[in-house]
Amino acid sequence: MLSRTADHLYWMARYLERAETTARLLEVGARTALLPDPSGGYRNDWEAVLQSKGTLEQFKEKFGETNQRNIETWLFFDSDNPASVLSCINAARENARVVRTALTSPVWDAINSAYQELKQLQRTERSKLMVTDLTEWTLRFCHLVRGCLSATQLRNDGYAFMGIGTSIERADNTARLIDVKYYVLLPSLSYVGSGLDQSQWALLLQSMTAQRAFNWSYSGEITAQKIAHLLILNRKFPRSLLSSVCWTCDHLDDIAQNYSNGTRAQEAAHQLYEDLSRATVDDIFDEGLHEFLQRFVSRNAGLANTVQDVYLRGIPA
Amino acid sequence: MSATQAKIFNEMMNGQDVRAAYANLEKWYRSMPPELRNLKQSEAEALFRRVGITFAVYGEGGDPERLIPFDMFPRVMTAEEWRKLDKGIRQRAAALNAFLCDVYGRREIIRAGRIPEHLVTNNEAYEKAAIGFMPPRGVFSHIVGVDLVRTGPDEFYVLEDNCRTPSGVSYMLQNREIMMRMYPQLFMENRIAPVDGYASALRKTLASVAPRKCMAEPNIVILTPGQFNSAYYEHSFLADLMGVELVEGQDLFVEGDFIWMTTTEGPKKVDVIYRRIDDSFLDPLCFRPDSMLGVPGLMNVYRSGGVTICSAPGAGVADDKAIYTYVPEMIRFYLGEEPVLENVPTWQCARKDECRYVLEHLSELVVKEVHGSGGYGMLVGPKADKSTIEAFAHKIRQNPENYIAQPTLALSAVPTFVEEGIAPRHVDLRPYCLVGEKIELVPGGLTRVALTEGSLVVNSSQGGGVKDTWVLAE
Repeated sequence: MLSRTADHLYWMARYLERAETTARLLEVGARTALLPDPSGGYRNDWEAVLQSKGTLEQFKEKFGETNQRNIETWLFFDSDNPASVLSCINAARENARVVRTALTSPVWDAINSAYQELKQLQRTERSKLMVTDLTEWTLRFCHLVRGCLSATQLRNDGYAFMGIGTSIERADNTARLIDVKYYVLLPSLSYVGSGLDQSQWALLLQSMTAQRAFNWSYSGEITAQKIAHLLILNRKFPRSLLSSVCWTCDHLDDIAQNYSNGTRAQEAAHQLYEDLSRATVDDIFDEGLHEFLQRFVSRNAGLANTVQDVYLRGIPA
Repeated sequence: MSATQAKIFNEMMNGQDVRAAYANLEKWYRSMPPELRNLKQSEAEALFRRVGITFAVYGEGGDPERLIPFDMFPRVMTAEEWRKLDKGIRQRAAALNAFLCDVYGRREIIRAGRIPEHLVTNNEAYEKAAIGFMPPRGVFSHIVGVDLVRTGPDEFYVLEDNCRTPSGVSYMLQNREIMMRMYPQLFMENRIAPVDGYASALRKTLASVAPRKCMAEPNIVILTPGQFNSAYYEHSFLADLMGVELVEGQDLFVEGDFIWMTTTEGPKKVDVIYRRIDDSFLDPLCFRPDSMLGVPGLMNVYRSGGVTICSAPGAGVADDKAIYTYVPEMIRFYLGEEPVLENVPTWQCARKDECRYVLEHLSELVVKEVHGSGGYGMLVGPKADKSTIEAFAHKIRQNPENYIAQPTLALSAVPTFVEEGIAPRHVDLRPYCLVGEKIELVPGGLTRVALTEGSLVVNSSQGGGVKDTWVLAE
């Protein structure tokens, strides 16, 4: 497969996943803003949300104050924000369009119709659009594309590169989602002023569609340890860091088998997996959750670079 | 004007009678309720958009992805009519290639005084870098698009030849695909020669001209300028049908004596490049240094026989409008045959006496730029007002060599769906002739139709549409 074709497939998958995460973050932020703050008024996590997407500065430059309508627009519709749902869907569709013949028609159809629908949404009056409708629409679209991929796409190297795009992006995004809320998971009250808040934990789970998964996997009370375990180390939870890295490994192994040739990309992925699977929740809290997540994000990005160098840019291994 | 109107050849109707080839279609049309027709029309459009058969127009605002209007009323030709076209097109494709070999080789035709030397050597499309090089099997133009118009029962004229990279064949294939999907019954009632062999014939043609250095199954690629090109859909469609890679310049590089493409498994040698970019963009080291679309060093590899480029650099000199008038001469000179298909009588403004005639008769003639394409930069005399004609006359006087003129032909008309039912609209025809080890031609081609009443301009960029084109089986 042409490196450029693989590159487009890889980025198409990454942008799809990123659109989904932005939508999830938007939902977390909007829900949080409905909760009363102990110190009076309502909670405001918007800055943390924007920070996790790395767009706080750009946002402030454009809008100044963080009022909710501005943020919703910024995260969903704004084409100046490279991480907005709109930007991500457009980018995913543009990548797909270039290599359309590498996708089955149901997959292309799903992506293309989402793009057309989004153009329609853009023309709709903002006051007629509820945040939950927008986020639900996004999630439904992402699920549709993934469903089509899984049901119709040939399991060749192109499929593996899309898989790698998805799992690398998901690992990154899950880590960032946890990081927005890392302080509510800190085990000791003394770390933060506002204290642990049952509803905040529930929100974090909700944002990853994980409440039921949590109840099925753990008994008893919700604790920081259990949540951290679910989102980071639980191999059974499809958005956990360990699951995501494991899939990156699987797809890379497929490619190595396909090409009868392994590279340093496989090595790097397996190394990351080994390290992660040996970790315990206690280790993570000892290191500091925030520090651990930052370190993970940077190693995951390093892995992404290796994959790109080896396969997508044609730099020999 | 009314005089020309009266002479228009209607391909379906002979006075009040329906011609035999159209009999079934006419019944089909009459039995179709108007509501159903609208439904089918929007169904067809939805199919086109869904499959993504669009052409891109950037820089004009609006949706850059446009549809070419598709008219559901097919155009029909009998086997007998086609036989003549088939023979004439093959003959022309062979002569054009013989001419190209000659002008980049011994130049016999010039030495024999049949074509003036300056028309060839001073031509912008005459490629110095191609002189003295003989491409595999002596083929320069592997896909020859011959634009034909019809003016009477047995009168076909060649309007122009396209020896570089004629586009539109994807529409020929998709128009048929969509008609078969929407009206299978029609294909049971009429025995229609299939066109879907085109992609495999193209593949075989390209494989047959692989360089001699290529020992294994040749690796064929299509080279596209990229997704922003108006014909990108066609490029990816053909690559998909042939099962070959669609590459951009950035995917290719020169190493040693060969061209390689960057793949996820490392470099892979490329043997045949079906390029859909112009000569001047092929190789920044040889042509335009600012080209980002080509491959630095490509021409060196080409000239040393490491890769075949289709069409060969320099093929454009054969389809120039000034050279066009000499094609019948080429057929006689190289093949020793009389041309099966006629040229449209053409006046060369480069010749003083002919230029004078043209300037005196501008209101009756169609004047074209020698190097123009796409229906731009031309004057349709009978449709132009006085000031337009005067302005054009001025342009001709300034640079007579740049213009040729032809009589305004009464292009044949074919029934076409309009608001009130059907009405005759003018059409042309572009068959695609493949030249490799053998000469191959699928029956039919792309019919373009001028959707505006009375209009003779069929170009998609100027309000033209397309039709499925049937050649009835014998």
